[in-house]
Amino acid sequence: MRNPLSKTVVNIKPSGIRKFFDIVTEMKDAISLGVGEPDFDTPWHIREEGIYSLEKGRTFYTSNSGVKELRVEISNYLHRKYDLQYNYENEVLVTVGGSEAIDLALRAMVDPGDEVLIPQPCFVSYDPCTVLAGGVPVSINLKEENEFKLTREELLSAITDKTKILFLAFPSNPTGAIMDYDDLKDIVDVIIEKDLYVISDEIYSELTYGKKHVSIASFPGMKERTIVINGFSKSYAMTGWRLGFAAGPKLILEQMTKIHQFAIMCAPTTSQYAAVEALRNGDSDVEMMTDAYDKRRRYLVNALRNMGLPCFEPYGAFYVFPSIKGLNMTSDEFATKLLMEEKVAVVPGTAFGECGEGFLRISYAYSIDNLKIALERIEQFVGRYLGGN
Amino acid sequence: MREKILAAIDKNSKLSAEDLAIMLGLSVEEVKSIIKQLEDEHIICGYPTLINWDKVECERVTALIEVKVTPQRGLGFDKIAERIYKFDEVQSVYLMSGGFDLTVIIEGRTMREVANFVSVKLAPMEAILSTATHFVLKKYKENGLPLVHTHKDERMLISP
Repeated sequence: MRNPLSKTVVNIKPSGIRKFFDIVTEMKDAISLGVGEPDFDTPWHIREEGIYSLEKGRTFYTSNSGVKELRVEISNYLHRKYDLQYNYENEVLVTVGGSEAIDLALRAMVDPGDEVLIPQPCFVSYDPCTVLAGGVPVSINLKEENEFKLTREELLSAITDKTKILFLAFPSNPTGAIMDYDDLKDIVDVIIEKDLYVISDEIYSELTYGKKHVSIASFPGMKERTIVINGFSKSYAMTGWRLGFAAGPKLILEQMTKIHQFAIMCAPTTSQYAAVEALRNGDSDVEMMTDAYDKRRRYLVNALRNMGLPCFEPYGAFYVFPSIKGLNMTSDEFATKLLMEEKVAVVPGTAFGECGEGFLRISYAYSIDNLKIALERIEQFVGRYLGGN
Repeated sequence: MREKILAAIDKNSKLSAEDLAIMLGLSVEEVKSIIKQLEDEHIICGYPTLINWDKVECERVTALIEVKVTPQRGLGFDKIAERIYKFDEVQSVYLMSGGFDLTVIIEGRTMREVANFVSVKLAPMEAILSTATHFVLKKYKENGLPLVHTHKDERMLISP
């Protein structure tokens, strides 16, 4: 019998998070600071709208690019929040989570051999999706001393004549880093001069603390070369609804819509109607959740620093990315031992790229009470090993 | 900053000044002094615990009483409200718009105790025109917190 499998797929490494997930699920009483999703339930008025749409019998396909009302609201939202102008008719596409939009953007733009720059540590899907699209992923290792922002020099030194796309994902999962206006301004002219396209994954854009999110697409000359990806999972605590969107130039969006139309047909109808409600009446929910995250963030950063794990101040998402270089062990060892000895699950930094070695991703999408218990245990653990035993 | 502290402890009065200071980016002294001020100004009036008594093996009844009264000259409703709220059995008293004047919430150990209070203490007061007593059968939510449903974290333990 012939080998049923594609070589490309077989050669893709399974997600580093997966391996750790299998260990954790065997520990029955572990407490986790390892999730990448909000602890809040979707606000009730949004859920209720989903229920109502089911009651009304809205159980059919929608148009490929998403229901018009939702695309209109997305267009308004992007304008209201990030000063971006997109025509709902042909520059907005509703997708199955931000994840689908990432895949579509790559497949629509990458030809075999095109290089895609991926600043790491980053979300787990950029690299494999690039490979599946036939591209060549090129990592840029971001540095702690730059607070895990992408610098002009790092960008310049990674560009070759095959480079076509740059991934930007700020606020960042896993580091919590953001890039503000000045940071982005520093790289915009490089992007334009080298004629790169940008896939800007802004899924955490609502979750910033003390600083407002800036979209790179809002810079002059950038809208025509940027695909903005966003969604409802993080900002409105709607991960399970699987709803995201892409906005970008018509030329690219048309091709993305074409793939979406054949591969997916349309995003879930119930989720789309719920999302209309989220965008129309959800601002105060976002505010409430951001406020809660901010308090936990300060609490977590302070506690980690006090126990001797240095971490830079993360201004976005809901992660802290402390360094464990003072302890004589790898990220993987730390996470595994912490789980075995103290029953606390965190994610090793290496799950997000090799340059995550020496770091951990700790999520604060947990109640303060939960964080307290977990932090006490981490402190005991760190106390035992700090100093390099 | 006062509002921020109030919002932070509104649903959880157990947060210590140290925790609040870290969470709000203030010094411990600042937090303590603001809380002291709020207590002095009677903006923070107490720190009660939210208990679901239904789950405790002890009889306890709550009744909501609609009360119609004659307001007194120069004093309006305040004087009569005070006469009512001074009873220990009375949990809350609100002045209402609409069909009646005061909502009085009573807690007693038995229905008889509550009935007794209404017929002996409340109804005979001179300013009171009428009362209508409603007994609470089950409490679902109080002070913005659900009493029945305990929230379980159903997320996977690890996710990207």
